[in-house]
Amino acid sequence: MNAVVEEHHDHDHKPTGIGRWLFSTNHKDIGSMYLWFAFTMFFIGGALALLIRAELFQPGMQIVEPEFFNQLTTLHGLIMVFGVIMPAFVGLANWQLPMMIGAPDMALPRMNNWSFWLLPAAFGLLLASLVMSIMGLGSAPNFGWTFYAPLSTTYGPDSTDYFIFSVHLMGISSVMGAINVIATIMNLRAPGMTYMKMPIFVWTWFITAYLLIAVMPVLAGVVTMMLTDRNFGTSFFDAAGGGDPVMFQHVFWFFGHPEVYIMILPAFGIVSSIVPTFSRKPLFGYSSMVYATASIAFLSFIVWAHHMFTVGMPVAGELFFMYSTMLIAIPTGVKVFNWISTMWRGALTFETPMLFAIAFIFLFTMGGFTGLMLCIAPADFQYHDTYFVVAHFHYVLVTGAAFSIMAAVYFWLPKWTGNMYDEKLGKLHFWLTCISANVLFFPMHFVGLAGMPRRIPDYALQFAEFNQIASVGAFVFGFSQLIFLYVVIKCVRGGEKATDKVWEGAHGLEFDLPSPAPFHSYTTPPVVK
Amino acid sequence: MSVQTEKQTTDNPKIIGKLLLVVVAMFGFGFALVPLYDVFCDITGLNGKTGDKVHFETAPIVDESRLVKITFLASLNESMPWEFKPQQNFIEVHPGKPTTINYIARNMSSKSIVGNAVPSVSPGLAAAYFQKTECFCFTRQELKAGEEKIMPVTFIVDSELSDDINEIALSYTFFISKQNNEDLADNTLTAKSINTFK
Repeated sequence: MNAVVEEHHDHDHKPTGIGRWLFSTNHKDIGSMYLWFAFTMFFIGGALALLIRAELFQPGMQIVEPEFFNQLTTLHGLIMVFGVIMPAFVGLANWQLPMMIGAPDMALPRMNNWSFWLLPAAFGLLLASLVMSIMGLGSAPNFGWTFYAPLSTTYGPDSTDYFIFSVHLMGISSVMGAINVIATIMNLRAPGMTYMKMPIFVWTWFITAYLLIAVMPVLAGVVTMMLTDRNFGTSFFDAAGGGDPVMFQHVFWFFGHPEVYIMILPAFGIVSSIVPTFSRKPLFGYSSMVYATASIAFLSFIVWAHHMFTVGMPVAGELFFMYSTMLIAIPTGVKVFNWISTMWRGALTFETPMLFAIAFIFLFTMGGFTGLMLCIAPADFQYHDTYFVVAHFHYVLVTGAAFSIMAAVYFWLPKWTGNMYDEKLGKLHFWLTCISANVLFFPMHFVGLAGMPRRIPDYALQFAEFNQIASVGAFVFGFSQLIFLYVVIKCVRGGEKATDKVWEGAHGLEFDLPSPAPFHSYTTPPVVK
Repeated sequence: MSVQTEKQTTDNPKIIGKLLLVVVAMFGFGFALVPLYDVFCDITGLNGKTGDKVHFETAPIVDESRLVKITFLASLNESMPWEFKPQQNFIEVHPGKPTTINYIARNMSSKSIVGNAVPSVSPGLAAAYFQKTECFCFTRQELKAGEEKIMPVTFIVDSELSDDINEIALSYTFFISKQNNEDLADNTLTAKSINTFK
């Protein structure tokens, strides 16, 4: 078999037509589908965000009913978290992991297909509720992406059951994706690639996959409890039956906090791949990066109640969750300083991926600092449920996670397509995105500190100017992403041919493969020294 | 490739099996958090959840030297058509001394309604020292249309109560029982549901 495969190394037996995508077991095709899915959801979730920002452009009710506004914030959050950031990272993992560890494909290709195709079903269900709401057939989920009981149980609209099954499907999809990642990394590494020689992106995904396996089932559990509370007479979250709504928050955030690291650890891996390439230096402190990632993952399990300081916790509890949360700043600081040390005295160039990576380091750190402010329990009573929180998590998720995904796409797109992207348009996209994101999210700090509550369609007059600035930023940000779409399509269709190495300072097994990468990555494992 | 294929066939099922086990365990853990949460609140007395009915083997020691003010609160969940209030707003008691006070509930509607009262003690840390020997919250309460009922609570404040706490609020919220539409004569069900509402 070896001989045959090697002879036909570049002879890609691609299935054709729609079957190629429906029945695909190829990590690259599935990766592309994940990324396009995320991209589509990004525009849908973004459109909802623009409606929110349009409504908030001035005080008073303008465009949407308050009930519909609640549905907008809920679906915007759910789509961006579960439909954009997570699938995009899984797509990147699909594309990159086999190439980076010298494997022909993912370890479980058929399960890979299933994990992906559950997602359109899940989001079909979720978006169906929105379509029905627009058609006037009842409300879409309207309780915020955190779906706190009893808002989502006793008071949830009928479509909550759509939402519950949608989350079940997403959970199954993520868990299968995670199992696949772990099996691939443990079994298919090229000879000589020990764990401590793995590229850092592989490491961060390895740890992320364990987080997914640990907490997605808890999410499935909590929505199952909601389902039985709503339909089968149980009282998990109903005080009338001996349950406790506060327990919902504990179980939800036991999932929810590791979840936010699921959305940022792969981003750390991406930035740790890009910064050394464009600094033309190896990554500073590789092993400390690995240990820092593992520490963050561990700490993520013992900090969840910092999301609920105001529910009435005893002082001892608040102090515990406050200090354990502060601890996270240490491994995160290690990472930030390592990236800066990697750039120190490097021969830096500023191609689009590097620009996004540097913006990530700077802006994610800002999001981290506001996180530190929020973790101070006594201060959190002022910040809780205000726009300050909204500013904080958009800094870590948009200028953090989303910027890293954009950086990754620019970084690896030439390898995927064999063509260089349009650098001029890429830079234009970067500057518009980076500036508008700050115009959009920075004023939210101020209105939040001044007391503007989140998830409210109307606000007091004194917040008007900052909200207008934010809305202008939002529209520039939103439409700038069309440039991104154009750059990607243009690059897929043609352009200047990329070299195998793509970037002058590139390292790693994926850059030893030809560009575009062959349909099956490493049919013969490379030897890593 | 042959090396990888061999490894794959031997190792993949093992890894998948182990990981699936973790998935199932974590799904179970989510549900285990429910009783764990109650146990945790029980032990620490956080959350203001009060304990079960207390029996004293010997008469508790009465601490005549101190007085603790107990405030009584009453509320109804959602649109429960009852009137519900304590007969007195507060009482000052010596720790260790059994005290009985009354709540009054009246069904304002034209049909019979079953309710459950859920007690809560504030500050939460006092919950463990607030012991009820008799309470209308131990059982479901059924009020016929227009019926009024006096509902007594007998409690003892443990003399071990920290000196820092001089005031305790006892609050009851009445909920419409989920079993309202079910057969009230079904004793096994009644016993089971009462058990849940301790």
